[in-house]
Amino acid sequence: MSADRSSAARRAAATVVDPELRVLTIEDLGVLRDVTEDAATGRVTVTITPTYTGCPAMDVIRADLRAALAAAGHPDAEVVTVFAPAWSTDWISGAGRAKLAAAGIAPPGPAGGRPVPVTLGVRCPHCGAADTQQVSRFGSTACKSLWRCRACREPFDHLRAF
Amino acid sequence: MNTPGTPARTTVDYLLGLGDDALVAAQRLGEWVTAAPELEEDVALANIALDQLGAARLLLSHAGELEGAGRDEDALAYLRSDREYRNCLLVELPNGDFATTMAKLLFLSAYQLPLYAALSGCADERLAAIAGKARKEVAYHLDHASIWTVRLGDGTPESHRRMRAAVAELWPYTNELFVADPAAPVDPAGLRSAFLANVEPVLETATLERPADGWGPDGGRAGLHTEHLSYLLAEMQVLHRAHPGARW
Repeated sequence: MSADRSSAARRAAATVVDPELRVLTIEDLGVLRDVTEDAATGRVTVTITPTYTGCPAMDVIRADLRAALAAAGHPDAEVVTVFAPAWSTDWISGAGRAKLAAAGIAPPGPAGGRPVPVTLGVRCPHCGAADTQQVSRFGSTACKSLWRCRACREPFDHLRAF
Repeated sequence: MNTPGTPARTTVDYLLGLGDDALVAAQRLGEWVTAAPELEEDVALANIALDQLGAARLLLSHAGELEGAGRDEDALAYLRSDREYRNCLLVELPNGDFATTMAKLLFLSAYQLPLYAALSGCADERLAAIAGKARKEVAYHLDHASIWTVRLGDGTPESHRRMRAAVAELWPYTNELFVADPAAPVDPAGLRSAFLANVEPVLETATLERPADGWGPDGGRAGLHTEHLSYLLAEMQVLHRAHPGARW
């Protein structure tokens, strides 16, 4: 197996978007872990990891990956799911964080070493104010909580540090 | 427990215990959907249920593959009777009022957190990976249950009365979580001090008395359940049993 990060297969896999955070690709999110191509057979293996164990988006991501790779000339691509090391919001790329903020979703702070990090305060993704308040510890998906801004009065999602 | 005629517990039994705890807890939490006291809590309990279900699927799949009898996660979830379930009694008890549900979640997550932390370093690499992931999720569940326990315990006289009653009623069921198990890669008895370290400060902040230790029911790990599990399984399994292999 040879890791070929610049290959067409890698580029194809990296175009797949997260079905619940459609502004991010699975590469931005850190869900795409590896793409390898068998030197002898040319068969592509894509390795992904779930954000949360129960994330219902995984089946869609797997199907979208197979479709993207088939379109790139790899109809026999295999999608492997791994659980260790456990996904962390620290793996979201800088570009990914910028895309989240632009879509009105406050990006996560550093997850740090603790299982549940201390929330240092979340800036409003609409007006940038720091005077915000958590409305609900859980949100529309497993990875988000719901907040509101006291300055501009807008509600927003926050991707929890995890 | 190893009496004559009872086969010795295996690693598969142990994994089923872990998976069944998560699965039955998920099913119970799911009962709150559309019925929670406020919309935010509806969303919270559904998300916690989803985390538990995610862990259950991985644990049951692992148990099925280790067993080698061709049973996948669906066969194990939908086609076992109550006597074949290995979950602790705590998770199968009815939801009761909201305080009872929060006390159940407090005790379950305060147990699962040190359990998964310990298992994340065990020799079974697949179990270690699942535990390492579930541990991060359970930490958030424990936070959630702790916040509610304090809010209700240190709340109005009525919320205090209900939270105190829930803690007193459920405390005996925590005994079973720490019964020694020769098939466990991590000794359950050794997890109790970490469990108490999670629970006792929360009860104190909530102005609730920590119940005295004493008699505690068990049997869940050997398949001896309360009647509540039969009703839960009947509802959870009816579709799959009536229409084998049905898919959305």
